[in-house]
This record gives sequence, structure tokens and C-alpha cells, in this order.
Amino acid sequence: MIHSLFLINSSGDIFLEKHWKSVVSRSVCDYFFEAQERATEAENVPPVIPTPHHYLLSVYRHKIFFVAVIQTEVPPLFVIEFLHRVVDTFQDYFGVCSEPVIKDNVVVVYEVLEEMLDNGFPLATESNILKELIKPPTILRTVVNTITGMEKGETHRELPSWLPTGQLSSGALAKDWIDAIIDKSGSTITAEIQGVIDACVKLTGMPDLTLSFMNPRLLDDVSFHPCVRFKRWESERILSFIPPDGNFRLLSYHVSAQNLVAIPVYVKHNISFRDSSSLGRFEITVGPKQTMGKTIEGVIVTSQMPKGVLNMSLTPSQGTHTFDPVTKMLSWDVGKINPQKLPSLKGTMSLQAGASKPDENPTINLQFKIQQLAISGLKVNRLDMYGEKYKPFKGIKYMTKAGKFQVRT
Amino acid sequence: MSAAPAYGEDKGGSAGPGEPEYGHDPASGGIFSSDYKRHDDLKEMLDTNKDSLKLEAMKRIVAMIARGKNASDLFPAVVKNVACKNIEVKKLVYVYLVRYAEEQQDLALLSISTFQRGLKDPNQLIRASALRVLSSIRVPIIVPIMMLAIKEAASDMSPYVRKTAAHAIPKLYSLDSDQKDQLIEVIEKLLADKTTLVAGSVVMAFEEVCPERIDLIHKNYRKLCNLLIDVEEWGQVVIISMLTRYARTQFLSPTQNESLLEENPEKAFYGSEEDEAKGPGSEEAATTALPARKPYVMDPDHRLLLRNTKPLLQSRSAAVVMAVAQLYFHLAPKAEVGVIAKALVRLLRSHSEVQYVVLQNVATMSIKRRGMFEPYLKSFYIRSTDPTQIKILKLEVLTNLASETNIPTVLREFQTYIRSMDKDFVAATIQAIGRCATNIGRVRDTCLNGLVQLLSNRDELVVAESVVVIKKLLQMQPAQHGEIIKHLAKLTDSIQVPMARASILWLIGEYCEHVPKIAPDVLRKMAKSFTAEEDIVKLQVINLAAKLYLTNSKQTKLLTQYVLSLAKYDQNYDIRDRARFTRQLIVPSEQGGALSRHAKKLFLAPKPAPVLESSFKDRDHFQLGSLSHLLNAKATGYQELPDWPEEAPDPSVRNVEVPEWTKCSNREKRKEKEKPFYSDSEGESGPTESADSGEISRAGDSVQGEVSRLGLSPICPISSSEQSEEEGGKRKMKKRKKVTEAQGDASSSDEGSDSSSSSSESERTSETEEEQVEPASWRKKTDKAGTGSLLAHFHTGPPPPLQLLSPGSGAGRQELLHRVAGEGLAVDYTFSRQPFSGDPHMVSVHIHFSNSSDTPIKGLHVGTPKLPAGISIQEFPEIESLAPGESTTAVMGINFCDSTQAANFQLCTQTRQFYVSIQPPVGELMAPVFMSENEFKKEQGKLTGMSEITEKLTLPDGCRSDHIVVQKVTTVANLGRVPCGASDEYRFAGRTLTSGSLVLLTLDARPTGAAQLTVNSEKMVIGTMLVKDVVQALTQ
Repeated sequence: MIHSLFLINSSGDIFLEKHWKSVVSRSVCDYFFEAQERATEAENVPPVIPTPHHYLLSVYRHKIFFVAVIQTEVPPLFVIEFLHRVVDTFQDYFGVCSEPVIKDNVVVVYEVLEEMLDNGFPLATESNILKELIKPPTILRTVVNTITGMEKGETHRELPSWLPTGQLSSGALAKDWIDAIIDKSGSTITAEIQGVIDACVKLTGMPDLTLSFMNPRLLDDVSFHPCVRFKRWESERILSFIPPDGNFRLLSYHVSAQNLVAIPVYVKHNISFRDSSSLGRFEITVGPKQTMGKTIEGVIVTSQMPKGVLNMSLTPSQGTHTFDPVTKMLSWDVGKINPQKLPSLKGTMSLQAGASKPDENPTINLQFKIQQLAISGLKVNRLDMYGEKYKPFKGIKYMTKAGKFQVRT
Repeated sequence: MSAAPAYGEDKGGSAGPGEPEYGHDPASGGIFSSDYKRHDDLKEMLDTNKDSLKLEAMKRIVAMIARGKNASDLFPAVVKNVACKNIEVKKLVYVYLVRYAEEQQDLALLSISTFQRGLKDPNQLIRASALRVLSSIRVPIIVPIMMLAIKEAASDMSPYVRKTAAHAIPKLYSLDSDQKDQLIEVIEKLLADKTTLVAGSVVMAFEEVCPERIDLIHKNYRKLCNLLIDVEEWGQVVIISMLTRYARTQFLSPTQNESLLEENPEKAFYGSEEDEAKGPGSEEAATTALPARKPYVMDPDHRLLLRNTKPLLQSRSAAVVMAVAQLYFHLAPKAEVGVIAKALVRLLRSHSEVQYVVLQNVATMSIKRRGMFEPYLKSFYIRSTDPTQIKILKLEVLTNLASETNIPTVLREFQTYIRSMDKDFVAATIQAIGRCATNIGRVRDTCLNGLVQLLSNRDELVVAESVVVIKKLLQMQPAQHGEIIKHLAKLTDSIQVPMARASILWLIGEYCEHVPKIAPDVLRKMAKSFTAEEDIVKLQVINLAAKLYLTNSKQTKLLTQYVLSLAKYDQNYDIRDRARFTRQLIVPSEQGGALSRHAKKLFLAPKPAPVLESSFKDRDHFQLGSLSHLLNAKATGYQELPDWPEEAPDPSVRNVEVPEWTKCSNREKRKEKEKPFYSDSEGESGPTESADSGEISRAGDSVQGEVSRLGLSPICPISSSEQSEEEGGKRKMKKRKKVTEAQGDASSSDEGSDSSSSSSESERTSETEEEQVEPASWRKKTDKAGTGSLLAHFHTGPPPPLQLLSPGSGAGRQELLHRVAGEGLAVDYTFSRQPFSGDPHMVSVHIHFSNSSDTPIKGLHVGTPKLPAGISIQEFPEIESLAPGESTTAVMGINFCDSTQAANFQLCTQTRQFYVSIQPPVGELMAPVFMSENEFKKEQGKLTGMSEITEKLTLPDGCRSDHIVVQKVTTVANLGRVPCGASDEYRFAGRTLTSGSLVLLTLDARPTGAAQLTVNSEKMVIGTMLVKDVVQALTQ
């Protein structure tokens, strides 16, 4: 199955290699570099690259390419899923998965990889089992955790901060993501809510937990952590499981399409280029809409401007903005939205002199966060524990985030 | 990032095969200039006695290996430490060995004896890791040692070690393929293993070593299906894809059904069958031509596979979901394939690499089964932040999904894509529009108009692409599109993009007959501006001139000559060349006669219309989800997906002998019959003959079952001598036993910690066996239906249904409700002998429902039980609906309060209620306990006098061997065997479920056949009844 693994950083250095069968020369990565060059952007490197004697399957995460070398037919998702599992494991071990961290812990990394595969076939891939076999570097881990905080899209680590330490506790974080495409006129083209329930369980013994929802019918499509008993879900719509220790993703769900999605924000935009002049007008206002009384925080607006835009001179009513004249990326860190005083960003764009106006308008990507609200309306009814006598701390938090939220202009 | 690839290229290029160059790595720093010295100090550190120094040295060495630096010269120094006591050092030495043993074979042999010793270690973890390292050392000399070790480990009692053995098989095979035959034997043995831990690994070994030996799967097929949900994710993927291939060779195509259905009405209409047979030689005709062919009925095993894989669509692992999806795509009847769409769409919200693979597969599927993904159209809408490769794949899917009804929305969506900044994507969108236009006639004109507008786009790529697509569209039916060509001709005035001008000129030239008036005029204009045109335009002007000259020489002769003369003196030699060549060809001259006669054919040959079809068409001959499918080329080691067989191979090869405890039912049934009437009287001899036949047939299988059930006791002493961690695991296991639910103990496979999974094996085993029986025994039941239903006719009203049982049944179930009495609903039950989750005092009863009526049965639940004092019932969750032909199983718990009174309750459907009762055989009221011989004797001493019941009996000849006795007793009563010193004494112990009173059973058998049975229990009634039952079982 999986022959070898190479870790390659963004400047093209192979900084770690591991072989589970005979050694494959690292020159096999030349094919990968070729493809990388052709793709121009890291995310466009094809995940599967055939070479005369091998196949290279790669994932790109945290600015690192994880390139697996295989020799024979194997389902590509098998390998890709495994590589992602490797990244998740590193994250769980070290708090972050980055080149310096991997280099600093190279021995642990190597040992972990050794345990994860045997002869190229997965052996132990659950991080709680791995941690029993190979201890994570404890001191470093806590330091890293406090310094780096969490990364975008990384979910597990948000949990333990609010759980009481040194106590038997179980907590869950239900998180909704809104994916939406809003068209020019502000009407919704497609919007859907998906979400996850991440759990953090620190209970001794063999607790048997059941978690029930007030409104399980909301959930249209679900996928479970392997500990969840599927039969119980099918028959009673209850999550029944004996949890592994630590953090894990209990459930991912998709909210059924019949439910209208409440869109919590709107964006007013006026972006215009004029044929004659080399100046364009740019104006964006962000405002709340259907937020159920909650504040919208962590708003970040990004937009890829057309190539013709040379520079932008903008003034935000709040927050900070940057425009990178090379990548043409505009980014505006808005922060909280105050409904009384809507944040706006106004100004002009200077265009290439003489060039005609760009015929495309930029799309606006939005990130935001709403605490203590699951926009889907999903509610956990109760969490019960059987099989152990003690009373654990139990907690549930809700959160809504923007997934891929895009406004076309 | 932009600079990265160039740098990377260089680096990769120079890295070549040799590693030492890697000293440049900033992390390793400049110290590497003094490599030799450094290695010397590492050697010194390894030679010391201090573990800390050794560990430090090993860590540095492993770090070198990880960075790809050569550390092979340290081999002798490292290998010395293979027997080091420190576990940390040892682990790292193993890591080193596995990496370098191949290069230093002679030295590696020094370490072998250490591993051989490790293979005998009492600790399962050490045995496993010894085997793992031993098998990873790629040294051909040790092949025989490896073979031996694998064989031994394959029968190890720890499933973890057996798993390691399964992993070792492909390793040995790749080292020496001559061992294949022996390895197949081991695989065969491991395939029979009943633990989830082993299943995935051994199927993996099977796939690598002998994928062609499909016959090895037969006997294990049902077991694999039933275990599947509890296997770890990676194993699931491997098993599912293997079972897909298996099913393709063993079952009939489910789509055959549909073709027959389509055919049948026709046949009825036209009457004669002979006509039909020689109809158009399609497959359908072939099927009808065989009058013997029965209507398609899905093999129950085929159904089993589909049913058991379906829940895995909910797996968190994308690989598992994809595996199930491809299984359904390749194996399920058309009507059922739809379920996979939702799960696949879910995967689209995952990482982009996952999306990439899934979209490739969706693209293939959507060509064949468009309807499946149509409801999810919007999920394939493209975001500007998607990587280009994802955008293009989504576009492919959108195009495949476009239909008459949704085309307006799709086109509107395409319109926004055209304005994207990503030009490759825009080009792909234009191609997609072209494909929609060819596939859907209704929108062809709209599309054409849209494309024509795009011709005025400023981006050259867009225009070029549009013209190419327009060209393709027009080529399909040029006659109808004179207007557009005229329109294009007009555009020559305004469009400045050379590529577009060139394309338009080509079009006019090609279809000059459709625009006879305009074409010469365009040529005139072009001739005027000829010198100012770009080169490609000039070339097309020459082409146009030549074509016009051939078709309409009267009007254009002079123009053509003018153009050719201009071209003759052009700066570009291509143009001069073309002009000279064209002139020779079209203008008749003395020498060139032969060619110029055919000039018209050369220039105006009908050019085939380009075909616009998906590049994913017909990719489904590769197994979906495979690497070969993704690359659209056969990858090394790809196993072809076989076609469905014409005739189904014998399905009986999958039958396994009826596993052990099913026969307890004979007894239960019999008792059921007697109890209500003669609750205390002496046993009668009537129904005994039935039990015999069943017993003999499964004798062989039951021994194995017996061992594995008792397997717990040998493991315990060993693991308790291991580290405290393991003890933790054991403790966990015990607790788990209480909570385990009958079907879905998914968590244990996840926990996977060695000790707990090894000990939970025993319960798992019994569970599997039970499920395994299901299809086989089911069939038997239906065979017997004839006699059963006859009887049933005489009962009207709510009968005591247990009376209906035909005494001859050998199957493991007892009837709760006959299908006739139940109006199509047949209900059976078995005592699963598993702890009932939630309440340890309850007996867990598996209730099997099956619907043999032709309407779905809805809302199955338990209604108002009328229970004697003390008896309580934990009802099973309501079964919402049971489709015709479906069967399902539910678990309920009954606390019988240590009595054999029947639990009466109502079984309600939406429309009916049935009165049923379950009466437990006394042996089911207890659960085994494990104790030592001494404990047993001590407890027995406390339970004398009134609590002791003794009975003398004579064992018949057929029932004197150890395992038969043991098995007969454990069949009757749910007791655990107590190890015993004397050879002809048997001891069993258990506790009643409700009160937890001990039940101790001793059987003292003389070689002559005379025997004495003693039961000690403070529950005298239970003791008496148990004695009666056991004596009966033993003397039959």
C-alpha cells in the first residue's frame, strides 16, 4: 500500500522522509516538483500524480505537502484520508502542525509514523491509542498551545479552555457552518448549513454516554465517530457511545435543505469601474440580519481584486484593512458588528492608466462567528451517563461560523 | 510561493539518488562537515552502559534517518543494543533495524535470535512487536524463520498477535513469492478468525497474495458481512472492495430484473414468443430467449451485503463512504443506488483533495445515473475560492446534470462563471456551454447567441474558445445557421482579436455556400486590410480566398489573385509558403494538373463534426473509487471488476455448519411444549428424536465455538501479569460487558486497545455466530412453512403460538408468531446469551421479525404486557416500518425474576395486536461466572443439604467424549466451565440473573458410562429443573 512518505515545505525542501517498505529514492519527488511548477498555486497541484514506476498522492495542509508514494492500485481516498489523519495526529500531539514543530520533534514524529503503518497498511491511527504507545512531548505541548491559540478551521482545540481542569468532565461544542452564495442583488443562490459536534471527554472507567437532541429531525445527513452506535441512532435518534478519551469529532451533520437558512449578515456593495477615468469607486457596508439578538464577531472581509487594479486608497469606519498590490488581495478585519453604527469601507481604486475597465467584478468572501447560537436551531436535549457512578461536569456550547460564504458583485 | 517551484526543482534535481548532499538542510546546520567525528561520538555513546546516553544517541540517529541522511555505518554499534533492557532505546533500535537491515544483511542476522525469543514472550505486545520487526527485516535468508513465526502467530490466542501475523504475510510474500502456497494456508486459517481486529488485515493479505482465490471467501462471506460494521475503518475499505469483486462473480445482475420487466408487457402484447427471441440482438432478447430463466430473485447473501454496508455511508471516513458508494453503484439494483448520492455530496464539504477524488467519481456516475445527483445540483455550484482543478470537475458534473428542466438555472450559473478572473476556468465554462447546447436541443440557439456575444470579449482566450465552440456547434447543422455565420461575418469589422478573426474567416470559408453573397464581400474587405492583419489572420484570408476561388471563381478570381500576390511578398515565410502552395493547387497550370484537379476535394472535404462528450464517459469499466479509475489507465496490481455471471454459481458454498448454540432451541422448544402443562412432572420421552439430528451435524463446529467462548480464561492470567495498563483494560472490559449492546458495540473496535479487544473477543464471537446463522436458518424455516401453515389453520383468534412449533425443527429460533397467524408477520426469537445493556438482571432476547406479506407493516411495538409479579420487560424500540420481504431484528430484555414463568405481552402493529408469550428454559436464566477449582469447591461446600440435588444417569456411547459432554451442558444452560484437575469430572458455574445466586453443576462420569450429576444452588426449583434438563440432554 503506502510505500513512503515525504514531507515537503513550500520552498521545495524535503524535510522528512519515512519508508515503510524498501527505500524509495527521494528523486521520485522530482515529478512532484514538476507538477508543482506547472500548477503555479499550491492548491492546484493534482492530488494524484502518476510517474513511470510510482504514483504520488499528496495533500497540502499547513503549508506542507505530505506526499505519499505508492506502487500498486489502492483507492486514492484511502491514502488521502490517511494523510489527513497523519496531519490531525500531529496536531493532536504538538498542538500545531508546522515545519518547525515537526523538525523539533522529529524523533516522535518518526516513531508515530512507524506505528501508524505496518508495511504500508494502517495499524494504529487513533490518537488516543497512539498516545499510549508514544508519549507526546508534554511541556512543549502546553507552551505551544498557549502561544499559538487556534488556527482557522481547527476546531478541537477550542474546547478544553472552558472545561474545568482537573475534574471529570465532558463537554461538547456544536458548531454550525453556513455555506452560501449570495448574488449581486442580495438574493441567495444557494445556502446550506452543516455542522459538527466536537466532544472533549475526560472521564474515567467505562462511561456509556447518550446524547439526545430536542429536534433530531433537523439533521438530514450525518456521519459519526466510529464509537457511535448506529442502530440506536437509526431507531431512536439518540447518540449512544462509549467515548474515547480526549478530543474527538462525535458527529458531523448537514441540515436538511427544506429548512430555510437564516442568513445572519448582509453586505451592501458598490464597486464600479469607469471606462474613461483610471479611478474606480469602492464601497462596502456590512450589517446584521437575522442574528437572533446575538452579536456577530470576528468579521473578516476578503476579496480578490481584478488584475487591473493598481492600488486602493480606502478608509474603514472600524477595523484595519490591507491591500496587497502583488496578489491584488484586499483584506479587511472588521471585528464586531455594531448594529447602531454599521462598519463600512469606502474609497477609490486606481486602475492601470489607459487600460480599459476590467469586465469582472470581484467576489467578496466573508468570515464571521456568532457565539452561543446554532443558527440551524439544533439543540441538545440532554447528555446522560451510564455505567459509572460519579457525577461528571457536563457542558454544551453552541457556535455559528461562516463556512464558504461568498457574495458575488 | 511563486519562487518556490523553481527552487524546488533545482533541489530535487540535484538531490539525485545520493543523500549526503542533504547537509544543506538548515536544520542540521553546518556541523555536518565533520560527519565522521560525529559518528564516532555516537558510537561511543552507544557503547556506554548508560541508558540515557544510548537513548540520546539513538534519537540523534533516528533524526538523521528521518531527514534522509545515511546512517548505515553505525549499524554494528546499533545492532548490539537490540537486546537492551530499556524499552525506549529498544524501540528506536527496532526502527533503525527495519530501515537498514536490508543493506547489512549479515549483521542483521545477529539480531534475529532476540526476536525469536520475543516471539515466545508471555506479553502479547512483545510477541506482536517481535513478529512485526522480524517480518519487516527484508533479509531473504530468514524466510523459513519468518514462515514459522507467522504460522505460529496465526494460532496465537491474542487477536492482536494474529493481526500482526496477517500483516506479516504480504511482507513475506514480497520477499519470497515461492512461499505463496504456504501463505495461502495461513490466510485461509486467519480468514476463519472471528475477531474484527483480524478481519481487515487478513483480507488485505488476501488481496495482496492471492486475490484470485475467491473460493477461500465462500465460507467466510457471511461472517465478513456481519463483522464489517465493527472492523476498523481501513479494514472496512479493503473488505468492501474485495466483496464487491466477490459479489460480481457469485450473484446475478440485479438490473436483469428491470430488463425483464420492461420486456414482459411487450411480450404479452405481441403474444408469440418466437418473434421475441430473434429480436434485435440485445441482452434483453437473449434473456427472453432462454425460456427456462426464472424471474430474478436477489440472493439473500447479495441482499445481506447491501444491507450491512449501507450504515457505513455514515462513516466519518471518506474512504469508507466512497467504498460503499462504489459497491452500491456496481452491485445494487437501480432503484437503490440513489442512497449514495447524499453521502457523496457530504464528502464535497471535506478537504479539497477529497473533493477532487469524489468529484471524479461523481462525474463518472452522473453520466450513467443523472437522476441520482440532480437534487443536489446546487451543491456543485462553484465558488471563486475553489482551486481551479475543483472548479473544472464541478463544471463537468454540472454539465452532466444539465437537463431540459434545469438548463435555465445551469446556464444562468454559467453566465456568472464566464466573468471569473480564472481564465482556464472560463475557457472550460465555454466548452461546457457548448456541450449543453449539443445535448439539449432546446437551448442550442440560446447558447449560440450567448456564445456569439462572447465573441466581443476582450480576453483572447475567451474569444478563441467561443469561436471554437461555435464552430463545433455550427458544424453539426450548418444549414440552419446561415444567420449566425452572417452575424459572424459582420463582426469582422469590430472584432480585433486576431484569433477570433481567423476563426470567423475559417467558418465563412468552410460554409461559403450558405452565405454566397457575403463571403466575397468579406474577402474584399480582408484583401483591403490584408497588409495590416496578424499572421494567423493572413493565413485564413488565403484559405478563404482559395475556397471561394474554387466555388465562386467568377466573382473572386481577381480578388484571390490579388491576395495571393500580396502574400507572395509578405515578410513571414509561412505566409509566402502558403501562398505559393495555394496558387499551385488552385490555379490550373501545365505541370500541376494532377493535384489541382482534386483541389476542391482537398480544400472543401467534408470535415467531421467534432464530438463533444464528457471525458468521463465509459470510465465506469474501471472499478469506481480505484486509482485506475482516477487515472483512466490500468494501475499496477489493479483487479479487473468481473462481469456478472450468466448463471449464478451454487449459493450453497457459502453455507456454514450451524453453529453451536442453535440447538439449545430444540430443548427450549420441547420444554415450551411441556411446561405449561406438566410444570413439575418427570420429563417425557416424546420429542427427543428431534434434538439428535441437529446435534450431530454441528458437532465439529461447536468445539471451536466452545474454545473461543472459554477463551477468556486462559488469557486472563497472562494479561494480569502484564503492566498495569493492561489491567486497566481488563477492568474496562468487564464493565463493558455490562453495557455492551447486542448489535452495535462499535466503540470497541475504535478503542482497539489490545487487551480490551482481546478479551471482548469471546462475546463478540458468540454475537457473530448468532448473526451468521440468520440467512441459512431462515431458508430452512421457509421450507417448513408448508407444515406449519397447515397447523395454523386450525387456530383462530389469538392462539398460544408456541404450540404451533413443529417438533422437528433444527433451527436456532423459536417461533413467537407464525406468519399465518400473524397475517404475514412472522416473529421468532432466540436467547442471545449476551448481557442486556442497561439492566444486567435481564435476559436479552433477540426478536426476529420478517414480513412475508405484500404490504409494509408499520409501527411494530410492544403493547401492555400482562406480567406475573416481579417479571419486567424492557421493550424494544418501535420499528417504524417493515417493508415486504424485509426482516429485522430487535433486542428486548426480560427480567424473569429467576422463574420459568412465561412473559406474556402484546405485539402491536398499527392495525393488529397479537398475544404472545416467551417462556425461558431454565438454563437461560443464568450467566456464566468464572472461578477456579478451589473457589468452586469452597462455594460448593456452602451449598449442601437442601441446596444440593443429585441424579444418577448413564451416558450413551455417543456422548462420552469430553467436548460433547461440555457442549451439551453449555447448550442446555448458560454456564461457564470451571477448570478441573480430574479427567472425568466436569464443573460448571453460573449465577442466576435476577438474584445472583450461584448455580454450580458437577458431572462425574465414569469410563463405563455411569455418571452422577450434582447441582448446587440455593434456588432449589432452578436446581431441580436444571438437573432434569441436563440429564435429558446427556442421555438422548
